[in-house]
Amino acid sequence: MTKYTTVIGLEVHAELKTESKAFCTCSAEFTNVPNTHVCPGCLGLPGTLPVLNKQVVEFAIRAGLAVNCEIQKYNKFDRKSYFYPDLCTNYQISQLDKPICLAGHIDINVDGEEKRIGVTRIHMEQDAGKLVHSGATISTSDFSAVDYNRAGVALIEIVSEPDMRSAEEARAYMENLKAILEYTDVCDCKMQEGSLRCDANVSIMPEGATEFGTRVEIKNLNSFRALVRAIEYEVERQKEVLAEGGRLIQETRTWDDANGVTLSMRNKETAEDYRYFPDADLVPVIIDDAWIERVRAELPELPAQRQARLMEQHGLPKYDASIIVSTKAMAEYFDEAVKTAKDAKGVSNWLLGDVSAYLNNEGITISEFKVTPAHLAELVNLTKDGVLSSKLAKKVFTEMLKEDKAPGALVKELGLEQVSDEGAIMKLVEETIAENPQSVADFKAGKDRAIGFLVGQIMKKSKGKANPGMVQKMLKEKMQ
Amino acid sequence: MKLYELTAHELHDKLMGREISSVELTNALYERIDEVEDKVNAYVTLDKENALAQAAKVDAKIAKGESISVLAGIPGGIKDNISTKGLRTTCSSKMLGNFIPIYDAHVIERLRADETIFLGKTNMDEFAMGSTTESSYFGVTRNPWNLERVPGGSSGGSAAAIAAGEAIWTLGSDTGGSIRQPASFNGCVGIKPTYGRVSRYGCVAFASSLDQIGPITKDVTDAAIVLNSICGKDEQDSTSLNVEVPDFTKALVQNVKGLRIGLPKEYFGEGIDPRVKSEVEKAVKKYEELGAAIVEVSLPHTEYAVITYYIIAPAEASANLARYDGVRYGYRNLEAKSAAEMVTLSRTEGFGAEVRRRIMLGTYVLSSGYYDAYYNKAMKVRTLIRRDFEEAFQKCDLLLTPTSPVVAYPIDGKMDPLSIYMLDVTTIPVNMAGLPGISIPCGFVDGLPVGMQLIGKVLDEATILRAAYTFEQATGYHKVFAPLGGKHND
Repeated sequence: MTKYTTVIGLEVHAELKTESKAFCTCSAEFTNVPNTHVCPGCLGLPGTLPVLNKQVVEFAIRAGLAVNCEIQKYNKFDRKSYFYPDLCTNYQISQLDKPICLAGHIDINVDGEEKRIGVTRIHMEQDAGKLVHSGATISTSDFSAVDYNRAGVALIEIVSEPDMRSAEEARAYMENLKAILEYTDVCDCKMQEGSLRCDANVSIMPEGATEFGTRVEIKNLNSFRALVRAIEYEVERQKEVLAEGGRLIQETRTWDDANGVTLSMRNKETAEDYRYFPDADLVPVIIDDAWIERVRAELPELPAQRQARLMEQHGLPKYDASIIVSTKAMAEYFDEAVKTAKDAKGVSNWLLGDVSAYLNNEGITISEFKVTPAHLAELVNLTKDGVLSSKLAKKVFTEMLKEDKAPGALVKELGLEQVSDEGAIMKLVEETIAENPQSVADFKAGKDRAIGFLVGQIMKKSKGKANPGMVQKMLKEKMQ
Repeated sequence: MKLYELTAHELHDKLMGREISSVELTNALYERIDEVEDKVNAYVTLDKENALAQAAKVDAKIAKGESISVLAGIPGGIKDNISTKGLRTTCSSKMLGNFIPIYDAHVIERLRADETIFLGKTNMDEFAMGSTTESSYFGVTRNPWNLERVPGGSSGGSAAAIAAGEAIWTLGSDTGGSIRQPASFNGCVGIKPTYGRVSRYGCVAFASSLDQIGPITKDVTDAAIVLNSICGKDEQDSTSLNVEVPDFTKALVQNVKGLRIGLPKEYFGEGIDPRVKSEVEKAVKKYEELGAAIVEVSLPHTEYAVITYYIIAPAEASANLARYDGVRYGYRNLEAKSAAEMVTLSRTEGFGAEVRRRIMLGTYVLSSGYYDAYYNKAMKVRTLIRRDFEEAFQKCDLLLTPTSPVVAYPIDGKMDPLSIYMLDVTTIPVNMAGLPGISIPCGFVDGLPVGMQLIGKVLDEATILRAAYTFEQATGYHKVFAPLGGKHND
């Protein structure tokens, strides 16, 4: 059977966190009350004109610099025409041939292998409104309701080179891009809510071939999981078509998450002719060097830089650091916790272990996590100082999830302090030796396993509070 | 002399001298409208109640001795493609037949600040597409000089209202001659300012890179006065120019000595009615007598202006008019079975033939595969046309041409669209180059007014106003009134 190489390129739409919309002064903030963040301009009333919000340009420059793009000095806007009721003017203001950013890249790491993925371009455009259909689709509905709150909100579209060769690479690119957009604070990156949207262009070609196969665009990928599943499904589908002697057609497909399949939306023949042409209502935007350099100087620490810092400054392993920096909120939580924690790796262990497990379980992000970084640091310190055994620390952590209390206070409340008093432990050691002569004999006969049993008995007697290190040490001394 | 025959500046003096009140004046205009409107049909919508209320406010101010602007209390008409809050704005289209805007155009805000009176909204070619006002959904406007003739267009209602005494001043909009040509056909003064001089915010877009609002008046002084009110930078229009606006009335001096007037030879050649040519040449002689220097110049790309315009303007219009889909406002077909069908039927039924023709033209020239051959090439020719003017202005201070090759023609539908398009050859290049152009009356052919066009350098409205004013004061064609209901009719 022919072996195939997968070729993937991603088109990512990021809604910008500008205060107002791209071409009017309406608030760009999300609201549940339909058609309240609207004005004559974004409703496209007769006679209104777009005026560019400079913050959109600023954010696009920031995102572009963060993914190593060259910022283009001459910018113009074009109209992309298509009829759809979510678009108040039936054309979208976008950038066709003069995008603001060109020729960037994002580095990814999959299974320890570094790879550079090209960013072809980033352009600025406006979002459409939201349609709610009474039926499944607009053509099968009795009526559709429109909400234009989102209409005119600024977007950037980030187009990658077709450099990815697996779903995992696509996922890594998307994760890195998302982190970069979060760090630069240009997008809130909520994939489920649609503020970060991804379309994937997927094709396959025989291994060793140089010419790409027929490309299929997959839409509606609103989670990393969907991205990976859709690509994997699509690659298999394409292989099957070819294996059966069929031909692939250039088309747009949509990901049906519930059924785990991609479905055809439209093909090249029925594709829209967008009739792009320059928007004469807007004047060219000239970005001078001073503007670019100011934005560059103001760029925050980016994920890659932060990862390097966590490794150097806190001695974290690369794996730990890469996961912590992958979301801005997690990285900020870590930085806050290590301000008072005596053990950075301890903080990392908690974040990657119990904390992540809890968040996944609850389906929340670290921004919604109730335990403060200072409290987590205190918990780490209690373990480090030998006040808590790791087992009891987990018990305290469980309590911390229930109530907003400092771990130190919880330890006292629950009477969980580790017993490190030599006299008290010695009493337990002596009792246990007396009660278990057989085990003592086994130990003396060289059976090391016996000591584990005896330590266990002592811990049980102390309700887990005896300092296990001291118990072991004193037990050995007593039996020799 | 009737009040409606006077100019804004004359009426201002009468208001200040307490000879008349604004309410009296406004009522006089509505009486005149009642008298002649069923013959002329210059208006789509009248707004008597608000107009009289505004007039009363101005009268109260005058009574208190407060200072008022020159236009305060002076009744005017607004072309129906300029957004007026609370007052129906139809673009003379079935599509917007019941559309009531929720905001004022920038020019309306400015005129309100000057406390002018808005009598109503004037008739026009549908969405400003046309040169006859015949494409209006609300019926054709008739030329007050001869009711069997077209008033020109697209601002036909605004020009006819002035000629018929149904307004003291009006606003029009000019994309390819839509202020100057009807001004010429009606014996009025009409000026299209430099592109960017006047905010387009609230002017319902036809072709964004060409549209410009301007006044139509009885004399040059009134044109300068209205310009003073409406010109200036507006943050709501990105193409509005951030330049100082001079007091245009200061340009009104009777002196053209030493002024170099260029005659572009292409505008006096084939296609021009010889009788029109003769009247314009008399005007040239007059300027020579007044001390101006006449130089012949050439604008070699003139012959491509009309075809280029009919690519660029419809292209822009096809996108600008895409918003009229029956979804949010405007005409909606209620029988449609799907959303897509609703849009198609609403547009098919809501737009008239000329608008549909231009949308199709524009859609075609922007289509994949045709863009370079049409739109791109047209944009290049547009640059050449602009350069023609730059070169001509090396040799002269302003240009003089006939405003239209013909006088007002009969309303009989005998002209095919292409022949009508070609008649705009004298006005279109001025929009393509973004220059200011004024039309003033300069003679008569068969009792119908002939207009001459003066074209200025970018932002140099002052020079064409000065030349226009000097000619007007030396001749007096503007003082001849339209014989409405006179010898040509009744």
